[in-house]
Amino acid sequence: MRNLKSMLLGAITLAGLALPAAAQVNVKIGVLSDMSSLYADLGGAGSVAAARMAVEDFNAAAKGMRVEIVSADHQNRADVGSNIARQWFDRDGVDVIVDVPNSGVALAVNGVAREKNKVFLVSGAATSALTGEQCSPNTVHWTYDTWALANGTGKAIVQQGGDTWFFLTADYAFGHQLEADTSAVVTKLGGRVVGSVRHPLNGSDFSSFLLQAQASRAKIIGVANAGGDTINTIKQAGEFGIVRRGQSLAGLLIFISDVHGLGLEAAQGLVFTDAFYWDANDGTRAFARRMAAANRGIHPTMVHAGVYASVTHYLKAVEANKSAADGKATVDRMKALPTDDALFGKGTVRVDGRKIHDMYLYEVKKPSESKGAWDYYKLRATIPAAEAFRPLAEGKCPIAGS
Amino acid sequence: MSGSPTPHAKETGMPKHQRAIVVAMVAVLLVLPHLLYPVFVMKVLCFALFACAFNLLIGYVGLLSFGHALFFGWAAYVSAHAAKIWGFPPELAILSGMACGAVLGLVVGALAIRRQGIYFSMITLALAQMAYFFALQAPFTGGEDGLQRVPRGTMFGLLDLRNDLVLYYVVAAIFLGAFLLIYRIVHSPFGQVLKAIRENEPRAVSLGYRVDQYKLAAFVMSAALAGLAGAVKSQIFQLASLSDVHWTMSGEVVLMTLVGGLGTVFGPIVGAAVIISMQNYLAELGSWVTVVQGVIFVVCVLAFRRGIVGEIAAKLKKPL
Repeated sequence: MRNLKSMLLGAITLAGLALPAAAQVNVKIGVLSDMSSLYADLGGAGSVAAARMAVEDFNAAAKGMRVEIVSADHQNRADVGSNIARQWFDRDGVDVIVDVPNSGVALAVNGVAREKNKVFLVSGAATSALTGEQCSPNTVHWTYDTWALANGTGKAIVQQGGDTWFFLTADYAFGHQLEADTSAVVTKLGGRVVGSVRHPLNGSDFSSFLLQAQASRAKIIGVANAGGDTINTIKQAGEFGIVRRGQSLAGLLIFISDVHGLGLEAAQGLVFTDAFYWDANDGTRAFARRMAAANRGIHPTMVHAGVYASVTHYLKAVEANKSAADGKATVDRMKALPTDDALFGKGTVRVDGRKIHDMYLYEVKKPSESKGAWDYYKLRATIPAAEAFRPLAEGKCPIAGS
Repeated sequence: MSGSPTPHAKETGMPKHQRAIVVAMVAVLLVLPHLLYPVFVMKVLCFALFACAFNLLIGYVGLLSFGHALFFGWAAYVSAHAAKIWGFPPELAILSGMACGAVLGLVVGALAIRRQGIYFSMITLALAQMAYFFALQAPFTGGEDGLQRVPRGTMFGLLDLRNDLVLYYVVAAIFLGAFLLIYRIVHSPFGQVLKAIRENEPRAVSLGYRVDQYKLAAFVMSAALAGLAGAVKSQIFQLASLSDVHWTMSGEVVLMTLVGGLGTVFGPIVGAAVIISMQNYLAELGSWVTVVQGVIFVVCVLAFRRGIVGEIAAKLKKPL
C-alpha cells in the first residue's frame, strides 16, 4: 500500500517535472458542519459528499493538484467550532473551511480564518452579517443569507397579490431580524403588515399563535423562525386547515430536507425562497442522482449545492494562483474570476464576499401533483441575480468601502 | 467523610503526596503546549477551573447548583464586552468578568440558600434560565450569533496575548493561582466549617455558626471563580456565545465533576480533561460523538461511582 502510494507520488512528481508550469499544489479542505444534530440533514455528511464530488469533478490530480478532505462536527457550539478551525489551520495544514451551518459558529470561524489568512467558504450559515459589518477579505458567502430569503419571499409574494401579512416570529434576534427585513420589503411595495405575534424559542404548542394569525385575516402568514419551530408551526397550521381556508404560509427559512420531513400533506402550499432545486435542469438532476447515491438517498439541499459549487470555484482560483497558501490572494482571485458551474450557472463573487446568482420562489406541491419521492417544488418566480441580494452599499461592509 | 481527623498543624500545609502531585502538574503544564495544541490545553484548563469552582460548592458544602452556567456565561459576556466595546486591557476585562460572577453569585446565592436539597437546585436552575433568556434577547450579547472577534490585547502592557504560547502561560498561571486559592479555602478553618455544614447542618447551627452566611460566602466564591473561568475562556476563543449560558453547560460541569470525583481536590481537573478531550477528539466521528459520550458516562456511573480520582484515592487510602 505504502509502496503504491509512494510510486503514485513519484509518478505525480515526475509528471510535475515533465510539465514545469504545473508544480504540485497541495490543498486541504476542511468540511466543518453539524453532523449529529438539527442541521445534519441540510449539511452534515451530504456536505462532505458534495465537497468530495467537487474535487473528483475538478479532476485535480490531472492538474497537478493534490486535494485532501477532512471533516468534523462543530456540535453547534461556537467554541468547539472555533477550536477545530484553529487546530486545522495551525496544526493540520487545512487551507479552506467550507459549509458551517449555524450563524454563531460561522461568525467565529470567519474571525479565525481572517486572523490566520486562510479561506472560509460559507454555504450553510444564514446570517447576512458575514458580508455586512463582519465581512472579511477571506470569506465568500455562497448560497443564501437572511436578507435574500426575507427579501425574495416578501417581494415576490407582494407582487403576486399577497399584500396583507401577519408574522409569527421566534422571539430572539434571528426571528426579529427576519421579521424586520421582510416587513420592510412588504411595506415598501405597498403591502401592509396587519400584526405579528412572538413565540418563545423551541416552542411546542403554536395553537394560540396560529389562531391569532387566522383571526387577523391576513392573506399571508410569515413564518419567521427556523428548524424545529418552523416544522411545528407548519404541521399545526395544517391541523388548523389554515392553507385550505385560503391563507398562505410564507416560510422565511425552509430547506428541502424540512419539506421532506414534514411530508407534502402538511407542507403543501408553503411559499418560500430557495437558491437551488434538484429538479431544475439536467445538470442539477445529475448532481442529485449522485448525491442521493452517496448520501442515504437524501436529495441535495441548497447547502450541499453551495458546498459543491464553492469548492469548485475555489479550486479554479487555486489553480490560477498556483498556490493555496495565501488565503486573501485566493479569495481575491475568486472575486476576479467569473463563476460558472452546473448548479448555479454563471455568476460572480462581489467585493464584500457575497456570491451573486439567481434565487427562486417555490411553492410546495399538493400531494396529488407530486409524481414521486422528492418531487416537491413548483417554481413560482425567478428572482434575478441583480435583485436577489442586499445591495453592496446597504451592507456597511468595511472592506467594500474603497 | 474525608478520612480520619488530622492534627491541626498538618492541616494548614499540603500533605506530601498532594504536594508531589501539584509539582508534577506544574511540570506537565510547562511542557504540555509543546506536545498538544495549546488552544486545546487552554480550553481544558478553563473548564478544569470551572469544575473546581463548582466542586467547591458541591464537594465541600454539599450544595448542588444547577445554574453555574449563569456565572460562567455571563462573565464571558461581560469580559468580552469590556474588551471589545469598552477597550479594556485583558487583565481588567477578566477581572470585570470575575466581578460580574461574584455579583450574580451574591444575588442568586442570597435567594437560593434559603432552601435546601432539590429546591435549592431548582431555584438556581430557574434563575439561570431567566438569565439565559435575557442573554438570548439582549442586544449587546448578539443573540444566537454571540459576541465575536473579541480582541486579545496586551496584558499588563507587556505580554502580547495574540501569541498562543504567551496566552497559554498566562492562562496556566491563572489556573494554578485559582487552584491553589481553592485548595487554601477548602483547607482553612473556613473550609472546615463548610465541611461541618455539609456533614450535619443542624449541628453546625447548634455550635453557633451562622450557617447561611457561610453558605452564601462559599456560593459567592464559587460563582466568582466560575466567572473567572468564563472570562478567561472568552479571551482565549475571542468570543462569548449562548452555549456558555445554556443549561447544558451547567449539566456539563456536573458531569465533569462527577466523572473526576466529587469532593476531591484533583478530580474536577481530571473530569474536565476527560470530557473536553472527548468533545475534541471525537468531533471527527460525527454523529457518534453523543453515543460515545453517553456510553462513557454510563460506564463511569456503573464502574466508578466515586469518580476517577475518587476511586484512586479510595484504593490508595489517601485524600487526593
